Amino acid sequence: MTTELPTLPNPEITPSVAHFWEAAGEGKLDIRHCRSCNELHHYPRSFCPFCYSDDLDWQTVSGKGTVYSFSVMRRAPVPFAIAYVTLEEGPTILSHIVRIDLDDIAIGQKVQVAFADTQDDGPKVPVFEAAS
Amino acid sequence: MSIRGKAYVAGIAEHPVRKATDLSIMQIVSDLVTWALDDAGLEPEMVDGFFCDSEMPGLGVLSAAEYLGLNNLVHMDNTDPGGSAYPMHVSHAAQAIATGKCKVAVAVLAGRPRAAGKGADPVPDFGIPELAFEHPYSSMVLNQYAMVAMRHMHEFGLTSEQLAWVKVAASHHAQHNEHAMLRDLVTVEDVVNSPMISDPLHRLDCCVVSDGGGAVVVVAPEIAKTLKRPPVVVRGAGEAVKHLDGGRVDLTYSAARKSGQVAFEEAGVTPADIKYASIYDSFTITVVQQLEDLGFCEPGKGGAFVADGNLIAGVGKLPVNTDGGGLCSNHPNNRGGMTKVLEAVRQLRGEAHPKVQVPNCDLAVAQAMGGWLGSRHASGTLILERE
Ligand SMILES: [Zn+2]
Repeated sequence: MTTELPTLPNPEITPSVAHFWEAAGEGKLDIRHCRSCNELHHYPRSFCPFCYSDDLDWQTVSGKGTVYSFSVMRRAPVPFAIAYVTLEEGPTILSHIVRIDLDDIAIGQKVQVAFADTQDDGPKVPVFEAAS
Repeated sequence: MSIRGKAYVAGIAEHPVRKATDLSIMQIVSDLVTWALDDAGLEPEMVDGFFCDSEMPGLGVLSAAEYLGLNNLVHMDNTDPGGSAYPMHVSHAAQAIATGKCKVAVAVLAGRPRAAGKGADPVPDFGIPELAFEHPYSSMVLNQYAMVAMRHMHEFGLTSEQLAWVKVAASHHAQHNEHAMLRDLVTVEDVVNSPMISDPLHRLDCCVVSDGGGAVVVVAPEIAKTLKRPPVVVRGAGEAVKHLDGGRVDLTYSAARKSGQVAFEEAGVTPADIKYASIYDSFTITVVQQLEDLGFCEPGKGGAFVADGNLIAGVGKLPVNTDGGGLCSNHPNNRGGMTKVLEAVRQLRGEAHPKVQVPNCDLAVAQAMGGWLGSRHASGTLILERE
């Protein structure tokens, strides 16, 4: 059975990196980029954890990646698949694999970003589905 | 400067309660401190160092010190990276003793999540910077450990049957522990046929939720000399942190790699010298990962190492968690590090249950993990020796 696009728990928006959710609302996955050392990092911070520079901007990434690891929570009222997805551009991010048969998910599988609503009119957040 | 030989574990206590319906946390604390001091043969007025985690009711040590009537404290420590805190408390007590900051330190863990109907996961606090990026995905203790197991299977060929052996060994030990929550023997088939909770972890791959706690008394050598209990000396300790590193995620090793290296180096011994190992067993995968990271086997070979009864006392090469561990006996307040220290001390004293006592047990490791193996966690390694 294929899962549906879920409505997920609402995050509390971190003001210093609110851009992340504004971009998600426009269908973009924006990852924090350091202009000093050129590295991407996630979760986004107000400074670069690699070189301690605060000269940062955002890079809209392709949204393509591969499943690094995952686990299906079978005992949840609606089973769901949490996953680490390694983006084509480098960083690995925590997310869900959605709109998929939960028994068909595999490490190494190609996935692409989608965006799910959150509860109580919260911001959209990135999730991933099988790459077309 | 090293803590090797500078401090002794003089007293221990483990609360027999597993569901503390009629006990307050402070009653558990006073029971434990009373019993541990009795075990050591020391009086409360000699206690000058106090160690607890941040879940102790009150502000740090303050309410506990008052409740216990401790008037001579000159050293305190609330180091708290979750379940890994307690080997660290022993290490920090040894450091304080080695530098003359105190002479008789008590470390205590107590809690009653089971009676209070609480789960293993903390209440969401969006002051925690990563939470906004994890809470929407229902990231929790269980599925974070599960993702490590899943990657291990993919990368190294770990199987569910191999993981199950960790639980089977725990059940073999727990049958002899009258206080263990789960005393029935289980088989590999029982584990892999128990309900899947978060793949690849089944229900029987998960530890118990229990109330209670433990306490340990660490003393200076000149005090240890005056006591009647078998002397257990602190030989080495290490601690380390691992996290997601801005997205450079690698789930194939844990912080135990570094904490173990530091501890074994300080102790001047190798895993091959260890006669008994307490290895934190929040889940079966936790044991496999830490055994690899401590160097008991090669990276990726933990599954083969734990299989076929290798962790069962009297059967395998490395007896692990002879009290039944968190998987079968006790995981008080969702923090397994204290009971790891306690069973290592029992083994070194020759006071483990006769059916699981390791012969000539003179060197043991107590290894604990706190936090989330799949994201941010801390590891505390403690090496203890019978003199
Ligand atoms: Zn940078």
